Parts: sequence; structure tokens; C-alpha cells
Amino acid sequence: MVKINGQSLEVAGRNLLEVVRELEFKDNSYVIEYNLEILKKEFYDKTTLKDGDVVEVVSFMGGG
Amino acid sequence: MENEFLVDSDKLSEAALKRKHEIENNKSVRIDHMKFLPNMDQLESDIQDKVLENLKDIDWDSYTDADVYRALAAKTPSIEDFKALLSPAAKKHIEKMAARAKIETAKHFGNTVYLFTPLYIANYCDNYCVYCGFNCYNDIKRKKMSFEEIRHEMEVISKSGIEEILILTGESPIYSDVKYIGEACKLARKYFKNVGLEIYPVNVNDYKYLHECGADYVTVFQETYNPDKYETLHLLGNKRIFPYRFQAQERAILGGMRGVAFSALLGLTNFREDALASALHLYFLARKYPHVEYSLSCPRLRPIVNNDKINPLDVHETELCQILCAYRIFLPYVGITVSSREEKHFRDGIAKICATKISAGVSTGIGDHEEKYEAYKEEEEKESKASDFDKKESIKALQQEAVSENEECGDEQFDISDRRSFDQMYDDMAGEGLQPVLNDYIYV
Amino acid sequence: MNKEDKLVLGGREFNSRFILGSGKYNLELIKAAVENAGAEIITLAVRRANTKDSENIMDYVPENVTLLPNTSGARDASEAVRIAHLSRELGGGDFVKVEIMKDSKYLLPDNNETIKATEILAKEGFVVLPYMYPDLYAARELENVGAAAVMPLASPIGSNRGLATKDFIQILIDEIDLPIIVDAGIGKPSEACAAMEMGASAIMCNTAIATAKDIPMMATAFKMAIEAGRSAYLAGLGRVLTRGSESMDPLTGFLRD
Repeated sequence: MVKINGQSLEVAGRNLLEVVRELEFKDNSYVIEYNLEILKKEFYDKTTLKDGDVVEVVSFMGGG
Repeated sequence: MENEFLVDSDKLSEAALKRKHEIENNKSVRIDHMKFLPNMDQLESDIQDKVLENLKDIDWDSYTDADVYRALAAKTPSIEDFKALLSPAAKKHIEKMAARAKIETAKHFGNTVYLFTPLYIANYCDNYCVYCGFNCYNDIKRKKMSFEEIRHEMEVISKSGIEEILILTGESPIYSDVKYIGEACKLARKYFKNVGLEIYPVNVNDYKYLHECGADYVTVFQETYNPDKYETLHLLGNKRIFPYRFQAQERAILGGMRGVAFSALLGLTNFREDALASALHLYFLARKYPHVEYSLSCPRLRPIVNNDKINPLDVHETELCQILCAYRIFLPYVGITVSSREEKHFRDGIAKICATKISAGVSTGIGDHEEKYEAYKEEEEKESKASDFDKKESIKALQQEAVSENEECGDEQFDISDRRSFDQMYDDMAGEGLQPVLNDYIYV
Repeated sequence: MNKEDKLVLGGREFNSRFILGSGKYNLELIKAAVENAGAEIITLAVRRANTKDSENIMDYVPENVTLLPNTSGARDASEAVRIAHLSRELGGGDFVKVEIMKDSKYLLPDNNETIKATEILAKEGFVVLPYMYPDLYAARELENVGAAAVMPLASPIGSNRGLATKDFIQILIDEIDLPIIVDAGIGKPSEACAAMEMGASAIMCNTAIATAKDIPMMATAFKMAIEAGRSAYLAGLGRVLTRGSESMDPLTGFLRD
């Protein structure tokens, strides 16, 4: 099980970039925090998800 | 018109006189007054720059009645408002300023007035400040009290009822060193609840030591905040170093003192500029060290032994009152001390507007409280029908008599104008509807 | 308006003293609101990205506008630091509005945690603008730990209840040597104007505009009010006449010259 933005998904063993694209996050407008560490973009497709990983995909929204 | 400060004594040797004249007339033989000497603590502090920056290019005559009205209406007056209140335009609004000042004083201090006595323990001095009676070239009787004499003086003063004392010395780290002053503080702790110091500026560690000995309030007068003018008045000694003196209060705070006091000696140069700078010195320090207690004094130049012509130039009573009201309106929370340089009618009047602390039972001589106290007592007991002026003159005569009978005493720093005893002052203040307070805090 | 009168934050100069929030309204309106407000700084939040149809707010923010990402959602200093790092990675620049709340009912900022986060982020080189409850000691601490300004609340965030903390904000204006940016609770242009008259350096406003009937027009109204208040402050408020006469017994009758 991998947690992505709070949702538990059966994606252990798969490539991070692939999964994120599959979830239809819009390219280039997000940043990924991987197990509490900010992940540089060049590592997105070099990262293989494993059981227990916590992934946050964040972007800017309106706010005060 | 400038004051004529320079006086020669016929007791000086020819060589000494020659040296004196050289120092007076030739700037190049005088040391750089803006450079710290090697043994002086130098703090990393921007307060002096901030104050001096604010003194640049002020056109005092540019302020108008409208500026004064605006300043009087401001809830928290700005520095610009404060300048307007010090300007010539504000002089005719003195009654309105006094009314506002009275309200601010009442908000922060109620109707109290603190009483204290200064005690000069030594008048040796290493400095040559041309306007001061203690200056090292002035031919006066020098005296440094022994500890037994100090104890005795303190006993006399404390018996009068005073609970707060201000210990003063001339500025001689050689004759009256920190150890000596520290011992005096320890003695003072036995007789008084509150001990202040008005001595030469010292380093942080020395302030710390003096605080441990019992002192917790430090007064240092910058005399003038105009560095160029300062240079021409303070010709010799540590006091010549402008920035070291400027940082004295900050060092005292770092040494653990509870409170610090400031002033320029009004009348040395442009008094508006010096009043502005004194208040800003306090204001910027208060922003940096908000826990400290602050107060301002307001000494005007006075005649001294061997030069009775010295006067405060254009700082008349109205200007002095204007300055003090401006202080109160700009800095409503600070103490304001009015010394016995001022006459009775002024001190009585100003205590009802903005002064919070006045001295009583004052002698600026060394070791003569007992004689004077006895002399004044007799005089006050007479309840003479004479006018205030006659009374003052006769007390003055009595005092001179008392001193001349006692060759053991040291000469005074300057002439004083209000010789009321503690009892008399207490009664007078109460009579004015004020509540005299002797002490209101606990030493920590 | 005096051309020399700039708002300086972290060494950067701004002509506008109106910081616009971008929450609670349609992205389409952001551009119009920013233009009508004349705002040069706009706040943003960092949130979990939406999938599929979501649009990127960055596409709607005019160029040359400085982004001020906030750390809303943070409940303590470490979460705020984490969000600030993400916002910088997202291209939000080095400005950050530290916003830490532990109370979901009133949404009041936690000053203690805010001081901690401000210290960490200022050391890392961020230009930190902490949102805070107007407390003198906390503001002094924020100044000491490197804040570029302080942002005291006028009343609870999003409430449009106005300058409820007026007297305390005045204390910060008088005592703190940093720009004071009044943030949260300002509901009307007149309140923004009043805060500027008091000497506030800028106004941050979101809900009052987002909940107005005509968002761009309300942005214009705020812009004018903030400029009016600033001018009034710089001009120096005139005297107020009080009724009543002077005392019959003058206080200064004792003076002898």
C-alpha cells in the first residue's frame, strides 16, 4: 500500500512518475513530497514506490 | 552672546598655565574626541548614529502653529511632532502644552512626586570641562570623604527622612576609583532603600560590580549632543571621548542597572537640538531595552566658583518649561527630575505639570550636610515675614557662613537655587496638593 | 501620492500597499481583481493538487506580481517550515507568510509557534511575514528573529468584523521598527483606510473582496481607501477641537523670565 494525497493505493513496485500521470495531475504545476522529503523533478521517473511510502502531490491554490 | 568660560588661576605654575592655554587654544594638541581609548568598552550599537541622524538639517523656524496644534492632538506624537513642540512656534502655546502634559503625567504617575537627596562624596576631577566648577584647572578646595565621613553624612541625611540617595563624585577614576564608590554604595544600602549614581562613565563590568554593591540607577549627562561643540568644551580627560559617554547608559543597562537617566546641560549650545537629542537617546534605548526604567533631567548652566558670570543663555524658565512639557507629551512614561539648580517657584510649579522627582536637602559641596541642615533649620523655624527673595539671600548668607566656618569641606560644583530642607519640601509638596513619595520599589 | 513612498519588504520595494488574497473566488476574477487593486503582492496557499480538470492558479496571476505563499494548514512550526519549503519548490520565490493555527473554531494564530517558524525560515533566507495576534512581546520576538514585517490580525480571519484590535495594533505601530501589515478581518474599505491613517504600512485583504457582489469593483474601492489612508497618515492628521475653555487658573503662571 502507498499513500498518495491521503488515499491508499495498490501501487507498490511501480514507477512514481507513471502513477502520478495516471492519476491525471497536471504536468509542471505540482511538487512531490516523498516520505516528507521534497523530491527533485529529475527523480520522479527514477523512483520506484514501495510499501508504506507516503506521497504528497501539492500545488498552489487561491488563499489568503 | 556666548558664555566666557575660560578662567585662569594665579595658583597655577607657569608651566601648567602654558599647558592650559595650549590646550584651550590649539585644537591639534587635543586628542580625537570621537575615538574610544584602549581601555574603554565599545558596544556594537546603532543608537548614537540614529540620534545624530535625527539632528541633521532641522529648521526650527519652519514649524508653525498648525504643526503645534497637530502635535498636541496626536495620540502618540511622532518625532516630527516632538520637534514642533520644541520649536519657537510652540512657546506661545505653553499653557496648552502644560495642560496636555499634566494629563499625561497624571495618567502615568498619578499626583505623586518623589523626593531624594544627592550626596557628593568627592570633587576631584581629571577632566577639563570649561563650564564646570570641578574642572581640574579650577582653583577650588578638593575633598574626598573618608568612609567614616560618608557614613556620618548618610546618617545625617537619612535622619531627615530621605529614603533615596544619589551618590555623586567628580570624574576622577584615580582619586575616586570604582572600589571606593562601591564601598560608598554598600554603606548607602544600610541607610537608604534606593541608591543612584552620578559618576564618571565606566565599563560594563564596573557597572555590574557597582550594582552588586547596591546601586541600581545610573545618571550620565551627555552635556551636549553636538559632537563639534562637545569637542570645544571637554578638552581633557576620559570625558573628552564623546561616544564612550554616549554609550554609558547602555553599558549600565548591560551591567544590570534597573534604570538610567539622561540629559544635556541646557545652555551650552542650541538647547532645542540638545533637548531633542536627549529625548531621542532615551527613546531609541527604550525601544531596544523596554524593561528598563528611564528618566530625563533638565539642568541649565549655572554660575560656578571663580566664574559667577556663567548663565544658561537663552534658556529662560519659559523655554525650560516648554522643553519639559514636550518631553512629557512625547515620552509620557519617563521620569522627569528637576534639580535644585532651579528656584522654589519653578520647582513648585513644574511639579504640578510634569516633574516626577525633585531633590531636597541639597548641598553640592563635599561633607557639609550637617552644618547646612542645622543652619537652614534655624532659618526655616523663624517663619520670617521677609519676602521669598530676602529669605533666599539670607539662607545663602547663612550657608556661606556655615561652609566658611568649616575648612574641612570641599567646594561646590555649582550654585544651587532652592535650599529647602527635606521636611520643608515634603510639607510644601503636600501643600501643593501632591503626594510626596520617598521610595516605591524593592531592590532586586 | 509621493513617488518616494515605497513599502520595503526584504529589501524589495513596492509602490502598492495593498496585499491581495486570492482565496474563495473564481480564478477567472483574479486577474481583474489584481489589476483593479493595483496590487503588487498576492497571497497563495499550498494544497494537495487536484487531479483532472483542475487549472493552475499561476496561469491567472499577472506577471510582475510578487507571490506571497502562506503556510495555512500548518498547526505547528515544523509543518509551516515544511509548507514553506514546498512553496519555494513550486516556484513561489523566497517570500512566505507564516500562518499557524491550532484552533479551528476561531482560526487564531499561535504566536509561539509562529516565532519558532519565523526564526527557522528567516535563517534559511526566506523573507518572512508572520501573521500574528497583535501582542507586543511576540512582535518584538518576531523582530528579533528576523521577520521582514509583522501581520497582526484586525479581527478573526474571514470574519469581516473590522478593526477589533485597533488599540493593540496601534501599540505595534508605535513600538516596532518593522512594517506593520494589518491582516485578517478588515471588512470594509473605510476600515482599511482607518488602519492606514493610524500608520499601518499595508493592508492584506481577501474575504471582504471575495464575498462582495462585484469583486473587481470592491478591489478598486479598497485600493482607493488604502491610498487615501496612507496620504492622510503622511500628511499628518489635523487637530481636533475640543469643547470647553482653558482653566481660569493658568498652570504656567509661575514662570519668571
